[in-house]
Amino acid sequence: MTDISDRQQLGYIASQAADARLNLELETEGMTLNIGPQHPATHGTLRIIAKLDGEQVIAADPVMGYMHRGYEKLTEVRTYPQVTSLINRIDWLGSFANEVPFILAAEQLMEVEAPPRAQWIRTILFEMSRIANVVLFLGDMAVQVGAVTPVFFAFRDREHILNQIESATGGRFHPNFDRIGGLKDDLPAGWVAETKQVMKKMRGFCDEIETLVMGNEIFQKRTRGIGVIPPDVGLQYGLSGANIRGSGVDWDVRRDNPNGLVYDQVDWKVWTHPDGDSFSRFWVRLQEVREATKIVDQLLDTIPAGPIMAKVPRIIKVTAGEAYVETENPLGVMGYYVISKGDLVPYRVKIRSASFNNMSITPWLLKGVYVPDIVTILGSLYFILGDIDR
Amino acid sequence: MGLVESGKIPKGITSLLNMSRKYSLWVYQWGLACCAIEMGAAFGSPRYDVMRLGVIPLPASPRQTDLVVVSGTVTDKMAPAVKRLYEQMPEPKYVISMGSCANCGGPYWDSYSVTKGVDQIIPVDVYVPGCPPRPEALLEGIVMLQERIQNEDMAARWKGESIVVD
Repeated sequence: MTDISDRQQLGYIASQAADARLNLELETEGMTLNIGPQHPATHGTLRIIAKLDGEQVIAADPVMGYMHRGYEKLTEVRTYPQVTSLINRIDWLGSFANEVPFILAAEQLMEVEAPPRAQWIRTILFEMSRIANVVLFLGDMAVQVGAVTPVFFAFRDREHILNQIESATGGRFHPNFDRIGGLKDDLPAGWVAETKQVMKKMRGFCDEIETLVMGNEIFQKRTRGIGVIPPDVGLQYGLSGANIRGSGVDWDVRRDNPNGLVYDQVDWKVWTHPDGDSFSRFWVRLQEVREATKIVDQLLDTIPAGPIMAKVPRIIKVTAGEAYVETENPLGVMGYYVISKGDLVPYRVKIRSASFNNMSITPWLLKGVYVPDIVTILGSLYFILGDIDR
Repeated sequence: MGLVESGKIPKGITSLLNMSRKYSLWVYQWGLACCAIEMGAAFGSPRYDVMRLGVIPLPASPRQTDLVVVSGTVTDKMAPAVKRLYEQMPEPKYVISMGSCANCGGPYWDSYSVTKGVDQIIPVDVYVPGCPPRPEALLEGIVMLQERIQNEDMAARWKGESIVVD
């Protein structure tokens, strides 16, 4: 240690004091930025209160409940067929996928199994609603980074899928087609050939998005390395669907536990990406749409003949008991825990919706990011407000 | 604007002004739930293309808009925000209520958290029924609103009085 002269010491103190003054002058003032409750990036009515330090987020608080419609309470006063028409509206982009787990849970309680043809058509419509849902994400994610054109392409090509769903079920948006023990109707004539054409178009759309968006330098700069979710953190927050597969966790309920849907009859692959950033979540969803079109194609080839409805009583009273069924919905794992006391109406329905868990990671994920990245990260997590608030 | 305030406008000028107003509606998309996607399909998709009706769907702020489409379920938590939005719009302003939820509560008619109809909070000009209405239905609603604007008595409207439903 060297000796420090008084003069040096005084000089040091003076410089420290000058630094402190400068810091005081340059001190950034905290700012609270309110995003929402109505904002195009939030897919509905999510509100985020972000505390900023300059351009950086130091804390982000999601405020939920702007779309809370009281589903779990309403199901207690609706009969089982009425419940299906209600729960269509939870995840409004992939409506048919919402009905399936509830119907499967009720079937499990009643010990009814749908005939093979019904299971096949169910799986086809399930995957088609996945395409209808995720296609809009693929266009919308580009909007979040500032490219407006892809969303017009998404709306254009989504109409083809909606037309097919409408011609089969009668409902363009909310089919309400699934029944306990089978389906409402058989497929219309010529539907299979038309759907194959549409699947081809959707694969074309995927190629288009891949060339238009994914190779784009701006898109890559805005998404690569932004909003990284490590697999262990993702699992702790209960993420599911493409969000966790984008972090490299190979978990898909469709493969691991098909639960009355016929995913074990087709040759398909679960896509994962090791990066865990916004780009990987986009990439996984794009591959999933491609895979879904292939699943639909294979199922259309092997669709068996036979009835579409099992024998069930006209007035449905579900046997007393409890059942939990989950499926891999477009947004992630969705499950219904149904408690029946043998009445016309369920005693209690607990809905495990994917978006609620996917969204719960935002306070952790948004800490330390820059303000423009809030929008891209929220867009890449892809939630739907009806699915969060229920 | 002296003529407007005194209420003495020649009929030709009224119809000319009304026509120019009805073909330049700036619409604010207050998308709340399922209907927001059908509204997006009507406003943002090439198949339905709302701009051919003279409707411009992408204003920067509610303060620049003539028309708001409230599409989806209005919950009690959301209701103050809807009212505040409406108050920020400049006169003359119009409201289209899209979908059963915004009309009357829809499938959530017995829910504890849903406002049973947006007309409890703000005055509504055109109701579009359906759950959700098809994009064509929303376009029909817009055409109906345009017809109404064409036949409007401007003096009464610009005085801030409520318009007469005929």
